[in-house]
Amino acid sequence: MMTSTFVQPALVLIAGGLLLPLIRGALRSAWLLVIPLIAAYLVAIVPDGTAVTTSFLGQQLTIVKGDNLSRLFAMVFAIATFAGALFALNQRRTSELSAAFVYAGSAIGACFAGDLISLFVFWEAMAIASTIVLWSNGPNARGAGLRYAALHFLGGTILMAGIAGEFAATGSLAFDRMDASTTPRCLILAGFLINAAATPLSAWLPDAYPEASWSGMVFLSAFTTKTAVYVMIRGFPGTEILIWIGLAMVFYGIVYAILENDMRRILAYSIVNQVGFMVVGVGIGTEMALNGASAHAFTHIIYKALLLMSAGSVLYMTGMRKCTDLGGLFRTMPVTTTCGIIGALSISSFPLTSGFVSKSMVIEGAAQEHMKIVWLLLQAASAGVFLHAGIKFPWFVFFQKDSGLRPSEPPWNMRAAMILCSALCIGLGVMPQLLYAQLPFKVDYAPYTTSHIIGQLQLLLFSGLAFFLMLDLLKRTMTITLDVDWLWRRLGWNVLSWFDTMVGRWWAITTRKVSAASLTALARIQQYHGQGGMFGRTWPTGTMAFWMTVMLGAFLILAYI
Amino acid sequence: MQEPDFRGDNHWLTRPATIKLLWRISSIALVLLVLTDLAVEKHAHFGIDELPGFSAWFGFAACVVLVLTSKAIGVLLKRPDTYYDD
Repeated sequence: MMTSTFVQPALVLIAGGLLLPLIRGALRSAWLLVIPLIAAYLVAIVPDGTAVTTSFLGQQLTIVKGDNLSRLFAMVFAIATFAGALFALNQRRTSELSAAFVYAGSAIGACFAGDLISLFVFWEAMAIASTIVLWSNGPNARGAGLRYAALHFLGGTILMAGIAGEFAATGSLAFDRMDASTTPRCLILAGFLINAAATPLSAWLPDAYPEASWSGMVFLSAFTTKTAVYVMIRGFPGTEILIWIGLAMVFYGIVYAILENDMRRILAYSIVNQVGFMVVGVGIGTEMALNGASAHAFTHIIYKALLLMSAGSVLYMTGMRKCTDLGGLFRTMPVTTTCGIIGALSISSFPLTSGFVSKSMVIEGAAQEHMKIVWLLLQAASAGVFLHAGIKFPWFVFFQKDSGLRPSEPPWNMRAAMILCSALCIGLGVMPQLLYAQLPFKVDYAPYTTSHIIGQLQLLLFSGLAFFLMLDLLKRTMTITLDVDWLWRRLGWNVLSWFDTMVGRWWAITTRKVSAASLTALARIQQYHGQGGMFGRTWPTGTMAFWMTVMLGAFLILAYI
Repeated sequence: MQEPDFRGDNHWLTRPATIKLLWRISSIALVLLVLTDLAVEKHAHFGIDELPGFSAWFGFAACVVLVLTSKAIGVLLKRPDTYYDD
């Protein structure tokens, strides 16, 4: 092991999470808040280049390798962990928080992994820890958690197959820029895409995340998909197919969110939508677009956490999650409503919020490359974001109708976490250079030009007009919308039940036939060997003696032949 | 907890007069915004984005198309939310 002057930031969070169950009382809250801050400090001091290596099975593994890109993602993961922990201080299920810290630590570990094996180890640790976060919410989350785990382990297996193939073909385990030109590399990319909730396998995310607790989903929203974006920025920039996969994700998220009734599932669909913008940026692959994808991941983690905190506060205070049950909460939850609106404006890229300074770089990336269709679709999608998340979420949860619910504001720590995230959203929107200085490439972009501000305001406000004019069409119904997971949740299940019935029927027929046959056989035996049967009778001694003589005679003759 | 009584609820934000006022202010804002757009020099990339009020009508049209598409998809794919429960 190379000597190092610092501690791997991932280990602090992982150890902090594992030790959490031993810590009680006031110290527990302090522990939950201080550990992510230490991790953030350690992330900030990771130097450029390889810092920690070790050998494993004859291979040189690079456990920590730093640059702007890895520090940027690791830093926002540490910030999200701090904000999430502050929000979750009154979460009584320690297993959830313990797992959330291991999950966050593994995500940071993945950001600094310089080789594919280290990356894989952290990748799988994330899958396990996130499943525990889900399962901590009790029996209702069991099925969704199992489906979530199954899909992520499938993704992990595909990734491992790719890594093994890559090593066999090139003899190298280094994780660096590669092109999707060989089968192993395509498998690695497929493994990454599954974790990004890419089309067509997006369904695991809206299926699983909303089953987590009011605090669990805040953690879940931050790490898995954005780690996937990070590894694609590092490994597969400029892979053209990612543009089209990203666009499919963007529109999938909008359409499904428009049809959805569960407030946190609306936000789950909008994660897929937002990650879609980042994947498009990776696909475009220019410095502007990659900066955009990185910046958008950073801002997205914070405003999505904020949106989920406001939804989590509503769930925590009312126990309700469906838009049809909610409405009119602005009366008694002004802080939650205001923070929810700030999150909604940020996700919509409203000027002076963080989304405005990050998403526009991805769109600018498309414009610079003269990708007209992509640019138009991204603009249409930006309007759609305001529609499905920017207005729909706050409108149906906090306004809409008077549901009669009069919940009070959530506890101080939950309000503090929301205010912190709101401040970050506005702070980054007002001072984008703070974020731009941390991006992987030098930034030559000014978001606040008059034409950009006027254009964006028109796009958003006229989308708002469309929302209110079509409000009748957007009324919520007590429905879900079928997705690809129907294949295994319903079709697969039906095939299995059919098979089960068929096997049962075959078994019944077979056992009936076998028992009938054995009864006949028994009767035969009874007939010949039973009482009064030919072989069951007592034979006279004379007959015995006669047959003995015949046998001995036969024996004698045979012996002489 | 006592069941609250809402019949007397008349929050200023939910009064018809307020809502009417909000619609008026918003309409004026939208018109002013489009007028400003006509005055501002644009850094267009493709030609289509040079058209007057491009973002306004494009955003509006995009939302209409998205909502109608969603409704059409919903006809095929919507199920009661108890679908997977049994």
